[in-house]
Amino acid sequence: MNNAAPQVSIVKMYSAREEIYPREAKGRYASLRWLCVWLTQLVFYGLPWMVWNGRQAVLFDLEARKFYIFGLVLWPQDFIYLAALLIICAYSLFLFTAVAGRVWCGFACPQTVYTEFFLWIERKIEGARSARIRLSRQPWTFEKIAKKTAKHFSWGLLALWTGFTFVTYFTPAHTLLHEVISAALGPWEWFWVLFYSFATYGNAGWMREQVCKYMCPYARFQSSMFDKDTLIITYDQKRGEPRSANPKREREADKEVGDCIDCSMCVQVCPTGIDIRKGLQYECIGCAACIDACNSIMAKIEAPLGLIRYSTEHAINNHLSLKQMQQRVMRPRVLIYSGLLMVIVLTFFGALFMRTPLKLDVIRDRGSLGREVEDGLIENVYRLQIMNTAETAHRFKLSVSGIESITLATSDEVQLDGTASRAVPVRVRVAHGEGKTGSNKIFFELKAVDDDSLHVKEKAVFFVPR
Amino acid sequence: MSDFTSGFWNIYITVLALLGIAGCAILLWAQSVQKVTMTTDAAGDGANNAAQVGTTGHVWDEDLTELNTPMPRWWMWMFYITIVFGLAYLFLYPGLGSYAGKLGWKSSGAYQEELSKADAEYGPLFNKYLTQDLKVVAVDPKAHAMGERLFLTYCSQCHGSDARGSKGFPNLTDRDWLFGGDPETIKTTIMNGRNGQMPSMAAALGTDKDVENVANYVLSLSGATSDPIKVVFGKSKFINCAPCHGADGTGNQMLGAPNLTDKIWLFGGSKETIMETIQQGRSSTMPAFKDFLGEAKVHVLAAYVWSLSNVNQDQAQK
Repeated sequence: MNNAAPQVSIVKMYSAREEIYPREAKGRYASLRWLCVWLTQLVFYGLPWMVWNGRQAVLFDLEARKFYIFGLVLWPQDFIYLAALLIICAYSLFLFTAVAGRVWCGFACPQTVYTEFFLWIERKIEGARSARIRLSRQPWTFEKIAKKTAKHFSWGLLALWTGFTFVTYFTPAHTLLHEVISAALGPWEWFWVLFYSFATYGNAGWMREQVCKYMCPYARFQSSMFDKDTLIITYDQKRGEPRSANPKREREADKEVGDCIDCSMCVQVCPTGIDIRKGLQYECIGCAACIDACNSIMAKIEAPLGLIRYSTEHAINNHLSLKQMQQRVMRPRVLIYSGLLMVIVLTFFGALFMRTPLKLDVIRDRGSLGREVEDGLIENVYRLQIMNTAETAHRFKLSVSGIESITLATSDEVQLDGTASRAVPVRVRVAHGEGKTGSNKIFFELKAVDDDSLHVKEKAVFFVPR
Repeated sequence: MSDFTSGFWNIYITVLALLGIAGCAILLWAQSVQKVTMTTDAAGDGANNAAQVGTTGHVWDEDLTELNTPMPRWWMWMFYITIVFGLAYLFLYPGLGSYAGKLGWKSSGAYQEELSKADAEYGPLFNKYLTQDLKVVAVDPKAHAMGERLFLTYCSQCHGSDARGSKGFPNLTDRDWLFGGDPETIKTTIMNGRNGQMPSMAAALGTDKDVENVANYVLSLSGATSDPIKVVFGKSKFINCAPCHGADGTGNQMLGAPNLTDKIWLFGGSKETIMETIQQGRSSTMPAFKDFLGEAKVHVLAAYVWSLSNVNQDQAQK
């Protein structure tokens, strides 16, 4: 490659973005993407309005430090579940990427989903690709101003609604709606509604593919999960080349031609503005719009479909059959990812469903180690921090064990409201001469009077002075 | 700001910070357009990008070349925005040496603001009880729960979670009080704190023998086992203790002098401990909570403490 002479030139280190006007793609994958858009967004916009037991079904109450997810109430102590959830997300991404490339990017990522929404609005107002290009090149006529205003206004409304919805996950939806109507939002609610709206408007309206190209970290490290058997969107070079815009004439001239008629449809539909015929590129988000576009052309010229298709590097180079391709899915990398994912998912749900919605912390009084009280009994003082993390009130029975004559000198009944916590000072006594001098292991057990399954046992230390 | 011994360091930091920002700006401006020696790859179609922007000329692993693709321009604007943000921040907030910032922001001020906000929110909950008599507050279940929480937070370190105290820290659940146990006195104790002083009596009493005799007498006051002969000798010396503890040893709540005739001992009731107390004296302090908690919280707290020995606890919890 060093045959060209070196030359000195001025290079601009920063360049303006080249506007991309993706043509609308129609076909199997476009429908699939719209299905994903509908599914994810029905959940996102609808969930805050769902009611569960007289409260919002899903609410992350940061101020009260309680996360409500349907029947589940998570406390800060349950933070480990969030960590586990993130690990599950990460491993799912690893697995999906290893098997099918950037499916997340192309079909489910919010950036893709909102860009799809915003593009739909853009198309409705400004028209198809060619009309949009024409509009942006023409001078500022009344029509252009009207259309651009209408577009940004619609984008703004959708963005505001999105920002509002986002905040309803943290402030009850009905309260927030009421506050919006009466213009009584708090400063932070204002900030987050507007911030999230602005982020939606900016990312889906203006930044679009640049988010994937320059900002998204996942887009950059996913290549380490790719291998030769990962599904990617490929152009079948052997079948397509040499491409020709007029195959009939070339054939008449006895020239060899491929199936690609160089209609550039695959380039026009691409949301990141690349030419898939140059091979796999880091900009490709795997949305499969080029597959839809190419197939519709192939159908028209009555050539077999799939000149651009989901395939693997291995399959394209070695002409593997579909069956051979499928056999290669079960490779060590995929098996290890799935195995790990399965273990974590099972552990996560197992732990989540078997967890007791009752927590007990034993805090030993540090002021005195142990003291002698009437009748020569040895007494220790503890503070029990009891948390009823479920939403129903309970009456609990407290007991203590570990040393033969150990008894509670204070009340053994504790009443707790739903999602409440309480510190209860308790005194525990042991007969003189029992237990060894120094620390003795004891257990506090808390049992709900009305629910046998609700109990916790916590160990503590009883101190017998010399 | 008196952190620095000389004004030089203020200038040093100011100059360094501003020079740093200016340096970033100059670097950014200088690097946005650059003369580069590039190797144009004329291979054509397959390396279209490389043909347009060239490579930096760096090659690794035989064929890995670094493209010289320009960065997006909005990225550059973001860098400039950070510079403007930095300058605006340094103008508004403290950062440049001893300059306090246009807004006069202080971490202590932010803390005060948070504190007064919390007071505004939670204050009324406590103020509600301030007008009520302590004995009325003591039987209010809600006030009891609030008092318990306050006690566990601020008092339990010394008096124990169960309020039964430990050596040197009085038990608050019995009816024996050093400074008086009516609700108002308890409130005064918490508000202003107390100082309990017992001087060393070794010199006043005389020899170690005398101290032991007095200790025996003190033990006899509460009916504990004691040597009858030593008690007789000790009784004559007890006159030295009478100014505070009273001629009959029942103590004086004005001074915080404990009653020696009951079986309750603040520092311990063995002969050795009593002798130690007489010889070395004792000194204990209950801190004042007036400024720290404010009267309203102390009011609730005093009612709770009084209720421990005067209200049936099972009833109070309901």
